[in-house]
Amino acid sequence: MAFLLNDSGPRRTPLRSAATRLGEYLATPLVPSDYLDLFAPLRPGAELRARVVDVQPETQDAATLLLKPGADWAGHQPGQYIRIGVDVDGVRHWRAYSLTHGPRSDGLISITVKAVVDGIVSPYLVRSTRPGTLLHLEQAAGDFVLPTRPGPLLFVTAGSGVTPVIGMLRNLFPISDEAGVFIPERSRDLDIVVIHVAPTEPDSIFLDHLRALDEAGAIQLIARYDDVHGVLAVDDLRNLVPDVAHRSTYACGPAGLLDALASHHAEHELPLFIEQFRVAHVEAGEGGTLQFASTDSAIDADGGTPILDAAEASGVLMPSGCRMGICFGCVLPMREGVVRDLRNGEVTTATGDPVMVQTCINAAAGDCHFDH
Amino acid sequence: MTVLQNKTSNPIAHLTAEDVEHIGVELDAIRQEVLDSRGASDAAYIRRMITTQRSLELGSRAVLLASIFPPAWLLGTAGLSIAKILENMEIGHNILHGQWDWMRDPKIHSTTWEWDSASPAAQWKHSHNELHHTYTNVVGKDNDLGYGIMRVDEDQRWYPLYLLQPLWNFINACFFEYGIAAYDLELGASKRKGLTKTPEFQARKNAVLRKIRRQATKDYLAHPLLSLPTGSFLPTLAANFTANVVRNLWSHSVIMCGHFPEGVETFEKDSIEGETRGEWYLRQMLGSANISGSKLTHVMTGNLSHQIEHHLFPDLPSNRYAEVAPKVQALFEKYGLTYRAAPLPKQVYSAWHRIVRLSLPNDWLATTTWRNLPRQLRRLAKMSTGSRDERAQVQALLTEEAALIAA
Repeated sequence: MAFLLNDSGPRRTPLRSAATRLGEYLATPLVPSDYLDLFAPLRPGAELRARVVDVQPETQDAATLLLKPGADWAGHQPGQYIRIGVDVDGVRHWRAYSLTHGPRSDGLISITVKAVVDGIVSPYLVRSTRPGTLLHLEQAAGDFVLPTRPGPLLFVTAGSGVTPVIGMLRNLFPISDEAGVFIPERSRDLDIVVIHVAPTEPDSIFLDHLRALDEAGAIQLIARYDDVHGVLAVDDLRNLVPDVAHRSTYACGPAGLLDALASHHAEHELPLFIEQFRVAHVEAGEGGTLQFASTDSAIDADGGTPILDAAEASGVLMPSGCRMGICFGCVLPMREGVVRDLRNGEVTTATGDPVMVQTCINAAAGDCHFDH
Repeated sequence: MTVLQNKTSNPIAHLTAEDVEHIGVELDAIRQEVLDSRGASDAAYIRRMITTQRSLELGSRAVLLASIFPPAWLLGTAGLSIAKILENMEIGHNILHGQWDWMRDPKIHSTTWEWDSASPAAQWKHSHNELHHTYTNVVGKDNDLGYGIMRVDEDQRWYPLYLLQPLWNFINACFFEYGIAAYDLELGASKRKGLTKTPEFQARKNAVLRKIRRQATKDYLAHPLLSLPTGSFLPTLAANFTANVVRNLWSHSVIMCGHFPEGVETFEKDSIEGETRGEWYLRQMLGSANISGSKLTHVMTGNLSHQIEHHLFPDLPSNRYAEVAPKVQALFEKYGLTYRAAPLPKQVYSAWHRIVRLSLPNDWLATTTWRNLPRQLRRLAKMSTGSRDERAQVQALLTEEAALIAA
């Protein structure tokens, strides 16, 4: 395949580059890494992957996946997330999950996943992933991280929104089964309040952990359960945390809560940092607009006209072939949108990661963006 | 054979337009069944196949490092031949068809895959997926019919040069990948139309030359050089050449069996004007032939042994054709159509028979017996060396005699 070898940077010597050239000649039309991947998928220079080492249940619908990342894993800052590529029913899906592990001597990393009802990836990760499975991985990303010397803090977490926060807390206060909570010198002066919201107490991920931190005096935990306390209203914030105005707020949870917090904090001019994972759910409708990277305007397309025809009618130069769905000469990457297969009604969605779409037999079922 | 529309006994005369559309609906349903159950086990199949092929290739090439020893040469060459066949047939051909695009794995995708063949994937996809699969067996549209260099139909006018057709076909078989590359490049047509100077053609030509250079450097320089320490440069070169020829002969045979055996129908250009989905399906049913055999045969032919199913559903994963085949065959029977399937040797013989028969003037083979052979040979010589009129006269004689025999 036409993927070039990673340039190995400063270590590249004439001998090394000659060896690389020879390797390319020996492997063409593949590349040497296609063969090396057979034996050492986690080696330096390989595409970044991770092997599942263990799957530990957290609640009845959440689990922590312990992962051994490939050699080129560059580490992370607590609070950041990774994107993983998982094959579910043979189809590759990419999702983002916050890193939840504390300092580890074995170099393993972990993510904690809550199975979303009707989800594709999360139920698979929680219930069907077995140790040994290879996942695809991207380097850690995200700016939901603490400054080096934070002042008084308020964490607001809801549901699985606790995951980036637990990643931060574990690094501030390492915790182990044997020794309990350890408060290192650097974290001694921290003043942290955590409001942790969950539908019910048994649904609370990492509740034991938060309680242990609370008992050790590391944090002040305010646990709120919808079934006991009712849904959290941001106007109650001042009652729950009287000194909220002196704290920097870090929040992660569903959009409704974050939006409410944002307007509350904006109104009172309080600092707020949020992390939000968009719910990958797009409703399929009838028709929509087509947008192409090469053109500025949006094209209206109805639900019965192939994207190829609609785009061509508006003067977009499109790759095409058989025009009946068999030759794959017209496939284009759709970055966002929903399309419907005119032959059998099958719906394909893209939410940020490009999905290859046959434009000759698919019609718009929503607004679509193409990288073309 | 002659295009279906000119036949006296039309094999689809008994079908109403409604029947044809019903066939389409039933085939769509068969396709949907596979789509609905496509999943993890299919993905595991192609990944396993790729791993097996790469391991076999690595192992064979390792053995060939010592190819100066005859047993190592034999073992390595055999292994490499099989690896190259798997790479082209069950893996490359099918991935380039988009059969595995649904997995959304950028490494196993029709848009990124490149294969061990002289023809660049992009050009092959155009001539194969788009032209051949859309216009299957339509004379003048589907260039796979004889690859533009052969006489594959009675309706094509006979010239003496066609006497060499069996020889061409054999040479083409040995160097099939280069024939395919020239064909995908549309070398012949571009020359005829004087398009070889266009930038577009030049770009495609350069892509082919680059591909050939890389392939040749690998097989005939890089790997032999690795074998140099054991004194195996030439044996390894010979092994790679042999493996390429074996792969070419094999794939040529399999592909010839798909559309060339006697009884497979061809179609007139006009007949596909405004063709419905049902009619398209019907053309695929009549224009293809299967190879019957074991699981191993199916894998080694890249499941092109299920040529009929492949032409009906070119984008279904190849590992599912076997389970679809009985349903398709039942449909043929239900609608009184002939499902052509025979073992590989029989189909290869049948395809070669057709190529030899059509290398000769129409009806020559049918009117020839051992007893009249000298006279027939004199007629053939006259047709080959005589004027156009003489050729027409003898042809008329042959046609008349053939009609008598048939009666």
